[in-house]
Amino acid sequence: MAKAASSNSNKSRTPAKPTDSEPSAAGAGDFALHSLQDALEKDPRYKASQEELLGFYEQMLLIRRFEERAGQLYGLGLIGGFCHLYIGQEAVAVGLQSGLEEGKDSVITGYRDHGHMLAYGIDPNIIMAELTGRQAGISKGKGGSMHMFSTEHAFYGGHGIVGAQVSLGGGLAFAHKYRDDGGLCLAYFGDGAANQGQVYETFNMASLWQLPIVFVVENNQYAMGTSVKRSSAETEFYRRGAAFRIPGLRVNGMDVLEVHQAGRIAAEHVRSGKGPVLMELSTYRYRGHSMSDPAKYRTREEVQDMREHNDPIERAKAELLEMGVAEDKLKDIDKAIRARVAEAADFAETSPEPEPSELYTDVLVESY
Amino acid sequence: MATVSRDDVVSLADAPARPMNMIEAINDALDIMLERDPDVIVMGEDVGYFGGVFRATASLQEKYGKTRVFDTPISENGIIGAAVGMGAYGLRPVPEIQFADYIYPGLDQLISEAARLRYRSAGEFIAPMTVRSPFGGGIFGGQTHSQSPEAIFTHVAGLKTVVPSTPHDAKGLLIAAIEDNDPVIFFEPKRIYNGPFDGYYDKPTKPWKDHPDARVPEGYYSIPLGKARTVREGHAMTVLTYGTMVHVAEAVCREKGVDAEILDLRTLLPLDIEAVENSVEKTGRCLVIHEATRTSGFGAELAAQVQERCFYHLEAPVERVTGFDTPYPHSLEWAYFPGPIRIGEAIDKLLGA
Repeated sequence: MAKAASSNSNKSRTPAKPTDSEPSAAGAGDFALHSLQDALEKDPRYKASQEELLGFYEQMLLIRRFEERAGQLYGLGLIGGFCHLYIGQEAVAVGLQSGLEEGKDSVITGYRDHGHMLAYGIDPNIIMAELTGRQAGISKGKGGSMHMFSTEHAFYGGHGIVGAQVSLGGGLAFAHKYRDDGGLCLAYFGDGAANQGQVYETFNMASLWQLPIVFVVENNQYAMGTSVKRSSAETEFYRRGAAFRIPGLRVNGMDVLEVHQAGRIAAEHVRSGKGPVLMELSTYRYRGHSMSDPAKYRTREEVQDMREHNDPIERAKAELLEMGVAEDKLKDIDKAIRARVAEAADFAETSPEPEPSELYTDVLVESY
Repeated sequence: MATVSRDDVVSLADAPARPMNMIEAINDALDIMLERDPDVIVMGEDVGYFGGVFRATASLQEKYGKTRVFDTPISENGIIGAAVGMGAYGLRPVPEIQFADYIYPGLDQLISEAARLRYRSAGEFIAPMTVRSPFGGGIFGGQTHSQSPEAIFTHVAGLKTVVPSTPHDAKGLLIAAIEDNDPVIFFEPKRIYNGPFDGYYDKPTKPWKDHPDARVPEGYYSIPLGKARTVREGHAMTVLTYGTMVHVAEAVCREKGVDAEILDLRTLLPLDIEAVENSVEKTGRCLVIHEATRTSGFGAELAAQVQERCFYHLEAPVERVTGFDTPYPHSLEWAYFPGPIRIGEAIDKLLGA
């Protein structure tokens, strides 16, 4: 493997651009497109302790309740414009991000970003306040639902242009390698974004340069109103890295323990310097694409069936009960989360709007 | 197809007509052109089965089939690129870019291919296509769903740029754009899709149905590109504007009782400079309004041309009311939007000068 990945020139080590490194891990004999999938199939579910699973459960439930509340605030006119809810997909962000080193690894995603922020434990108050466009919001209300960032958590946003964040993720991974900081980038995108050309430009560069990046396709089956099969020649997205020698992983995104296990396998591969991984997480959003969605592209029964038989939170709950967790304890958790979300909603509703002077701040480094 | 002259358009007033909102008028234009010309193709993200995010292509796939009205992957660069090839081959593609803010991945294809094909093949190949795209703010879209990037395109030699402001014009201009042999960027101000928003955001927007320009003649008609519309005549000043801001300007002038002449440019390039010149020479004062950012905005071009051509008729410097030089903010949308207060102040300043 290339030992080129090095720190910046003003640090002590010899600088070397990641692009100069030999993609030796992809040596023809070693390359096994299915190696990660084989590893996952051998041991598909993370063996979580009761405490760990409770943690996942709490996070997923927080996302769900938060999003339900956001939907209500939207209905009341307190949130304007666009608002893409994560309900149904909670296991993805929680299962994956729980395996990252927060603050060291970078995360970047598209416009359906509330869940990814909550999965990182970012204060629900300031997320909700961003949705309502208040000064206390994480982007001072100027970003809104789709454009939220946190340097502290190395969360690089929240991007409103479909697929554009994937190329940025390539740059983040490049920087991890250049700095030799041991971090990786987790770049989320959807099944719709997977058809953007720049995604493949990034695949090529990431593999060529053996960048530490995990590409994550959150396949929720619908690009707004267009089903995967109506937009995609290859509907098995995890295979799409093959042409770039990127190993793929197909994962049940409705099972937080499988997601977590797959995330660990992917991260280990990437951290050992073997280059990118492409994960496809099969998931499902229960709500509309955004808040105005006639939902004519799928049946009510399809959604209902998913909710009843494949819900990630219910699955975790059943397992917790099986592990011997008392039902009352789960009820208490739900109650506490509801209170937490109500507090966030109150905060978001009562916080002041930004001052008009904010209009001209943060446009360029210099003020003008 | 010969385009209809200005006089013919006026005579359409007698043709059977019915009230439509802007979406219905655009849908009607696409329907008519798909019917009339087998080379017309409608393509884009969610335009087929789903009928378009704003429903502009509703039911067209059912009527014309999946070969002529179809969904594309989310690949703006690829969509425009494919349309250039189709146009060069002889088709008349009408790609939709779901929001104007998504057009940037396609800029390389638009600027380097579509706009330049005619020039570099010395007229052997052309790339007729009409890129339809909802644009502008006023719907809390934040910075990636609210922009007005028209000046990027008027800066590119080889493209035409059209912005309708009423259902009547949307239909006629879209038909003319599709029939045009050059690539046309057709920006639809999405804030006025369902009603002529007048800038008073705290009051309910009236629907189109009672507006005189919502009466859309049935069947085929076209409005020539490059012809401005006089919204109202007046003598105190000339207001040059387009899109949503036509309605805002009109409401402010009405409220203030200003005898302003309002020109809806309708086509930015080619620009109806003759209409601009005639009006400014008559009134001696000129106010330019657009929603896009100020610096290098289309208003700068208008101000420059007005001073070049009408300098000795001007009683005051040309005034501009525009969006600020900032990204389109989410929560401060109405501070950014050049609304009635800012327009009113500019009018007072112009009249006081």
